[in-house]
Amino acid sequence: MTSASHADNSGGAHHPSRRMPDHNFRYWIIAPSVFLLLLIGLFPLIYSLVVSFQQITMTDYDTSFAGLTNYAQLFDDARLWQSIAHTLIITIIALPIELVFGLAMAHLFLERMPGRQIFISLIVLPTVISPVVAGATWRLLFDQRYGPINQVIGWFAGHDVIMLWNITPHLVYPAILICEVWQWTPFMFLILLAALSNVDKSLTEAAELDGAGFWRIFFKIVLPAIWPVMAIAILIRGVDLFRIFDVIWALTSGGPGTMTETISIYTYVQGFQQFESSYTAAIAFLIVGLMSVVVIWAIRRMGLAK
Amino acid sequence: MTNLSVAATRRWKLAGRYGLASLLLVFFVFPIYWLFIISLKTPDEIFHFPPIWYPKSLQFANYAVLFKDGDAVSVLNSLILAGVSTVIAMIFGTMCAYSLVRFKTGGEDFAVWVISQRLMPPIAIIFPIFLLYVYLGWVDSYGGLIVLYTAFNLPYVIWMMRGYIEDIPLELEESALVDGCSRWAVLWKVVFPMARTGLFATAVFTFVFAWNEFIFALVLTRTEVVTYTVQVTHYFGGQSNFWAKIAAMSALGTVPVFITVSLLQRFLVRGISMGAVKG
Repeated sequence: MTSASHADNSGGAHHPSRRMPDHNFRYWIIAPSVFLLLLIGLFPLIYSLVVSFQQITMTDYDTSFAGLTNYAQLFDDARLWQSIAHTLIITIIALPIELVFGLAMAHLFLERMPGRQIFISLIVLPTVISPVVAGATWRLLFDQRYGPINQVIGWFAGHDVIMLWNITPHLVYPAILICEVWQWTPFMFLILLAALSNVDKSLTEAAELDGAGFWRIFFKIVLPAIWPVMAIAILIRGVDLFRIFDVIWALTSGGPGTMTETISIYTYVQGFQQFESSYTAAIAFLIVGLMSVVVIWAIRRMGLAK
Repeated sequence: MTNLSVAATRRWKLAGRYGLASLLLVFFVFPIYWLFIISLKTPDEIFHFPPIWYPKSLQFANYAVLFKDGDAVSVLNSLILAGVSTVIAMIFGTMCAYSLVRFKTGGEDFAVWVISQRLMPPIAIIFPIFLLYVYLGWVDSYGGLIVLYTAFNLPYVIWMMRGYIEDIPLELEESALVDGCSRWAVLWKVVFPMARTGLFATAVFTFVFAWNEFIFALVLTRTEVVTYTVQVTHYFGGQSNFWAKIAAMSALGTVPVFITVSLLQRFLVRGISMGAVKG
């Protein structure tokens, strides 16, 4: 420190910025970010952990030590595990559809054709809409009487149909999935289109001359080439699907009953409608724990941080 | 095959591609059309059976109502929250990214930690944050949400700007240092201007993420700083006779995003793929 202050005196007006010594510069410039990231990255973790060992509910601000009671309750909570199952079902169905559909679309638009850019610009619009607005839009589309979807189905059926998309048990999942696929297939499409455009043409053409078929070329040359980008797109979408909230909130709010309650909706209900503070903290801790393991494994595996 | 039939096959293939492309266009664009057209219909046209595919005349009464009732102020709230948090996140995030790139501060572990924050479910952090905000009296305040939006978007900014800063030639910075510039001066006078394209593109996406955000706003707003996304859900109800308002409010919030994104087509892929695709 003495050398820095010495430089300060001798440098005078020529080096006004020397007041903040350069050798700590790298830490000065990450300090504000680190502080803010700790607010969302560390504080909630510690706080959840502390509260989850207490017994705070809406009626009782009981901060006495409760041991593992709340964590034990996690295992007996059928509704929690159902909500995790609902989340996984949506993820497992939507992700492959978005991926395959997006890839097929990318192939369709890979070659030049007049008006291609206009098509692409319009098709990607759903992806930039707020998910809650997307949900609201489909709520209007799915209306049993004044919405256009039942109307179109009626044309094919030959008579008026009344399908209650956001109430009927066997229709709510299709409704959510349609909305989800509608909004996020363009995301996959756009990323995969860019990835496909970067595949070395000379390799695929050479394979074609050697008589390799479309699928052989796809699996041997194209897929390995686009995999790094595709893996990241899958990761982003997978994580997004696991935390799905907005669309379901707008379409069904978790209903009918708790049929479409996902882990995010359930946590919201526990925390902000039933005010089971300590128990919600335990759920939050469980989610962060699960996600951290998966996410950090995936990031390291893909070498994303290199 | 003769040249003629090759040409014919090619023409049929192209026609087929246009056919498929048009079907896709209908599937992806019709819902947006429907949202906008409802916002321009009269109540009689909205609640008409069978549905009216296009109204005879367009009217803006539904929007006028939003402005008269003061509901449209939620769009202004979204603008303030997203705008301010984006500026702060860009400044802090770019500084942090520079440190990661040039000094490898914190190494790979720090980088992994930063990006993993981006992928955490908001629901898991919002509950403790809510209790903290109640304690601090920050619920339903601009400041509270700005801090949260800034923090939540930082990993994205750091991540994206890391990629853009890596593209800046080191020689420029070195010659500035040799000329006697301090590190701070290099950051402000060389790095920020050189990265301006990346800064701009990243800022736009950061803004859109904050603009479209729902769950934080749902939990942390009451009456004062309600955002347009929360305002839309206020119109849902058992009888839901507010279709016109749902549609008009959604459209008000969506048009700015459409305009912004169409001006930025060039950066779209890099922006949404978190930098996985460059160029």
